[in-house]
Amino acid sequence: MSHSRLKPGQYAILGLVSISAPLGDTLLDRGMSHLPPISLAHPSALIAAVFTPWIVAGIVMLIGFFASYLTALSWADLTYVLPATAFGNVIVALLSKFWLHEDISPARWAGIALITIGVGFVAQGPSRTEHPAPPPSPGEAA
Amino acid sequence: MIAGIPMPDANHWAEAAMIATVVLSSTAGEVLTAAAMKSIGDLDDIRAVSGLKGAIKAVVTCPLFFLGVGFLAFAFFALLFALNHLPLSLVAPASASLTLVTNAIAGKIFLKENVDRRRWASAVLVAMGVYLLTQ
Repeated sequence: MSHSRLKPGQYAILGLVSISAPLGDTLLDRGMSHLPPISLAHPSALIAAVFTPWIVAGIVMLIGFFASYLTALSWADLTYVLPATAFGNVIVALLSKFWLHEDISPARWAGIALITIGVGFVAQGPSRTEHPAPPPSPGEAA
Repeated sequence: MIAGIPMPDANHWAEAAMIATVVLSSTAGEVLTAAAMKSIGDLDDIRAVSGLKGAIKAVVTCPLFFLGVGFLAFAFFALLFALNHLPLSLVAPASASLTLVTNAIAGKIFLKENVDRRRWASAVLVAMGVYLLTQ
């Protein structure tokens, strides 16, 4: 089975990695910002926070991220997966612009452009390094 | 000061050490996890043969995976420690962008990945982009 070019389902896994991590972080941020400040002197408040709906949703999303990330690493190189999934940063920036109506500075637009070009670069190449099979031992050859 | 160039003081060395700890432990975790997944094989193929339980069992019975997760957990706490002493505007861009470059170097050396000019260019462009985006 050749791993150098990805199947549509594998691109979907990479998309899931890209989206689930920033979405999970956003859900955790939303959940924690709705809670009063938590002190280390009262750790039970932190445990109670884990069961609030936003935090539960964030944890589920981050578990989904880790599962899809591990799946991607099982058929693609680390040096392919990390730049390719950095596109999630762009999605978050665009969501903040068009959904939350936040301003994006020219430097951040330049960052979006650089990430998009970088992801385009790596996506054009092979996803996995194919190492040549070791030569058969003399016993096997005979 | 040497020939008009100011020498970094102890605080700068401490800042650099905190960021370096985050970057290096994160890189070690990513590389060990990637090595574990390479040794296990394609999870889609394993799931097709042994089901989801078989795929989960293949991952959780790999010691290298837990070593990688241990380093990633250490990197997380190192990040929290750094955030406790340094501003987010310094720690987030520096650690996120440097990790991409150190992972490319570690991937080439330890995982024997074919990091060609295309992947170097991609790693550097994405690192610069992440740095600008997290400013």
